[in-house]
Amino acid sequence: MEQNEKLSFHFDVDGNDFTSAGEASVKVKKLMRQLGFSPELTRRVSIAMYEGEINMVIHANGGVADVYVDEDCLRVVLADEGPGIADIETAMQEGFSTAPDNIRALGFGAGMGLPNMKNYSDEMKIDSIVGQGTTIELKFKVN
Amino acid sequence: MITAQMLEKELGLKRFVMCDDSREVTGGYAGDLLSWVMGRATSGDAWVTIMSNINVIAVAQLTDVALVILAEGVVPGEELIAAAKMRGVNLFSSTAPTFELCGRIHRLLGAPDCGAIAEADDAYSAAD
Ligand SMILES: Nc1ncnc2c1ncn2[C@@H]1O[C@H](COP(=O)(O)OP(=O)(O)O)[C@@H](O)[C@H]1O
Ligand SMILES: [Mg+2]
Repeated sequence: MEQNEKLSFHFDVDGNDFTSAGEASVKVKKLMRQLGFSPELTRRVSIAMYEGEINMVIHANGGVADVYVDEDCLRVVLADEGPGIADIETAMQEGFSTAPDNIRALGFGAGMGLPNMKNYSDEMKIDSIVGQGTTIELKFKVN
Repeated sequence: MITAQMLEKELGLKRFVMCDDSREVTGGYAGDLLSWVMGRATSGDAWVTIMSNINVIAVAQLTDVALVILAEGVVPGEELIAAAKMRGVNLFSSTAPTFELCGRIHRLLGAPDCGAIAEADDAYSAAD
């Protein structure tokens, strides 16, 4: 994790390490509490980010996560160079999942990750190109 | 007010990690699919599950549940216990079935009625 002057935080999400997935989200949760954000906002941001992190590990062999803290808005950008999402509308549907059985056995792959990210954020934008990767931007209003 | 410690005693739970025994329990959630838990559980819930892999601890921490109860005789491994300690997650187990644990927790919390069943009933009769 590096902190730049504009109050942003950068995390590498390791695609091979399923057990440590979530480290970035847990760190963001701690940082937000330290910075004085409300427990409610902190919870929404960290859960949505965790879903994004898990998706990059499961579906895209890892990626990077950046958190930008502005006065009235908190932005989480998750970017990977994985296979991309061919049909975003379908991927957004509750219950749709391409996760393999070994991932389902761990309790993931319920097809609720993207819907959770949408529900917990105030704005969600998905840019994806098949064969090149996916970038998801989540925006959270700060009161 | 119901605390983690009171639940432990009333339900006869086996304690693995107790980081905050005075943590208030305000509700409950049962489920094993982690995204459902993240979407539906609320802060302060007693989370009853049979899922015991390491990701359970991150989910418990992010959702801010009051405690995790591994039901149906599921026993946590060393790795899970260590992670719960490190992350400050209250972790217990029980040989009792999920159904019974939830019933008891609901009663201990004063059998709160959130109105969801009446709502569902209305929604279905409206659809008929
Ligand atoms: N970063 C990603 N790269 C490629 N595909 C993705 C990515 N994130 C999500 N997807 C696709 O969208 C589907 C739905 O995602 P999600 O709602 O999180 O459900 P789940 O992860 O449980 O499968 C995934 O199964 C996968 O096919
Ligand atoms: Mg997912």
